[in-house]
Amino acid sequence: MKRNTNTPKAGFKLALHCSVAALMSVAALSAQAATGLSDNKVKIGVLADMSGTYGDLCGRHCVDAVNMAVEDFGGSVLGKPIEVVSADDQNKPDLGSAKAREWIESEGVDAINGLVASSVVGAVAQVANVNEKPILISGAGSNTFTTKTCSPFNAHWTYDVVALARGTVKPLMDSGKKKWFFITADYAFGHALEGVATGIIESNGGTVVGSARAPLGTTDYSSFVLQAMSSGADVVALANAGKDFVNSLKGAAEFGLNQQATMVGLLVFASDTKAIDADIIGDMRLTTGFYWDRDDASRAWAKRFVDRTGAIPTMAHAGAYSSTLHYLKAIKATGTDDGKAVMAQMKAEKPDDMFARNAALRADGRMVYDMYQVRVKKGSERSNPNDLYEIEHVIPGDQAFGAMKPECNFK
Amino acid sequence: MVTFMGINLFALLGQLLVGLINGSFYALLALGLAIIFGLLRIINFAQGALYMLGAFLAWLALHHLGVNYWLALVLVPLAVAAIGMLIERWLVRPIAGQDHLYSLLLTFGIALILQGTFSHLFGSSGQSYPIPDALKGGYNLGFMYLPVYRAWIILVSLLVCAASWWVIEKTRLGAYLRAGTENPALLQAFGVNVPLMITLTFGFGVGLAGLAGVLAAPVYSVSPDMGANILIVVFAIVVIGGMGSIGGAILTGLMMGIIEGLTKYFYPEASTTVIFMVMVLVLLVKPSGLFGKEA
Repeated sequence: MKRNTNTPKAGFKLALHCSVAALMSVAALSAQAATGLSDNKVKIGVLADMSGTYGDLCGRHCVDAVNMAVEDFGGSVLGKPIEVVSADDQNKPDLGSAKAREWIESEGVDAINGLVASSVVGAVAQVANVNEKPILISGAGSNTFTTKTCSPFNAHWTYDVVALARGTVKPLMDSGKKKWFFITADYAFGHALEGVATGIIESNGGTVVGSARAPLGTTDYSSFVLQAMSSGADVVALANAGKDFVNSLKGAAEFGLNQQATMVGLLVFASDTKAIDADIIGDMRLTTGFYWDRDDASRAWAKRFVDRTGAIPTMAHAGAYSSTLHYLKAIKATGTDDGKAVMAQMKAEKPDDMFARNAALRADGRMVYDMYQVRVKKGSERSNPNDLYEIEHVIPGDQAFGAMKPECNFK
Repeated sequence: MVTFMGINLFALLGQLLVGLINGSFYALLALGLAIIFGLLRIINFAQGALYMLGAFLAWLALHHLGVNYWLALVLVPLAVAAIGMLIERWLVRPIAGQDHLYSLLLTFGIALILQGTFSHLFGSSGQSYPIPDALKGGYNLGFMYLPVYRAWIILVSLLVCAASWWVIEKTRLGAYLRAGTENPALLQAFGVNVPLMITLTFGFGVGLAGLAGVLAAPVYSVSPDMGANILIVVFAIVVIGGMGSIGGAILTGLMMGIIEGLTKYFYPEASTTVIFMVMVLVLLVKPSGLFGKEA
């Protein structure tokens, strides 16, 4: 009996010793790993929707953008080769996380770029965070990666729903358009975008008169458009992206919704703008992190991108390029591809390239930089097929992204 | 805005009209399935893929051969029908005497191959097909703005469905077809070439899918999985209408489009499942379907 009562205590002590020892050895291991490159190379995986709803806004040209960054960096770092691999996640979280696991655990992938659908990124982040591998989120919008589910290994690069909503909603509210209706992509990203935008609308004295949730990849938006028409809203906001944005805006034009209310896209990539008739999208105001025709540096980069891909560069492409470059610079500076050390260095040094202006990677993993409020040019104003936007305002990073949230409190 | 007992009538009518448009596609596709099943006892799972093929052929013809919409509306269904007849003659016929399951698996396999091929060639993002100039614009109906092209879909679909029903149920040719399903040997003894008739019927059934594909191209984006998405719904409709009932398939197609429209107004979250709920109810109460003969 006596022995039995003692056992748990002894077991506890043993466990304590073991875990202390384990912790020490882990610390020793990571200290060891903090020098040199694992597998004698740096391997970057690009995971994105390659041919679906989001195929054009990032997709295979994000792979091109990452390759351009690798080439511009010289193709090697610390004398070792840089390898780029890619996979199609088809916007499916299970596929995405399985691929990330395979890459990280058995193929020696050091960081993952691309990352478009927020639902996929959420699943991939779980795998990457546990394995202490940086993820460079170049395409996704949900702000949870730097708030609720933030991690020292998330670098949320190109934009997020906060920046979009602040950049696009506020000016419309100021112009007196107070009644809003949302057509929202029915998953994490759409919900987040609608939520943040609703907050801004309500705190500025506006009302949201309704919202229609459309499944990702809907092709016929007619019934959602009719719901919006009967709501009597001043503004119909499209909280979706890629092909969903294109199809919903076309549907709105087909049923004359754009005559009745102001249509606004909360997340619009240059590839989408290009895919829609200038008559329909002309004069729309939107927020973007990149426009190729901004200055000489962006134009020079865009020319190389267009020559290589034949496609117009979007902010996701430019973001994938910029984040890769900054990641490689951090490896060079620290002399290791260890996730923790590289992320710390990425936050210590300010990104500065043709994409990132007045930029800094904040402690919570949010890349804060100048965003742009642009007006879509009408057909008559366009001098060539890629001549899409006129930059009306530069939105300074701290205004665009707001302050860091206390929810994110990793050590 | 006109309201009645808290219901926004304009919005409701709008949704009903959109339901009718969707119902037109359901009716065309269900009709093709019902003809093939009713007359040939083949469960054609490739119907959705052939609908997709119709849309893609129209798109390819426009972009590579300069074939306009109106020509495509005639040529593409014929091309799809021809492909269907080849499938019937060389793939379906050899297993004609076997269990239904064989033709189901065969056509399902054909659907996967078609879908995979187009996905490989064109990617899964949709291609856009412009609305022909003559059908651009719309009518203001007071309660909603009806795009001309959508009205055109309803018109073509209703005409084609009505004509098909009339031919099968009211003419001598239709009588041969129906006799062929009852007793092929006897009909053959009267000098009718039954195998040829079966091939032509199969061709006609899938030709309808091709036609629906061309009609759909300008309003839905032309993508490899467009057929797979709609096929399951259409099968549910055929089951609700009564397997093999020609008129039943048409009426149920239109009805389910409208029920979907109603659901989208009253409870949008259920709009994608409502047809299956109706199917379960119908199967519980009347297993042979609304318009089916008691087995």
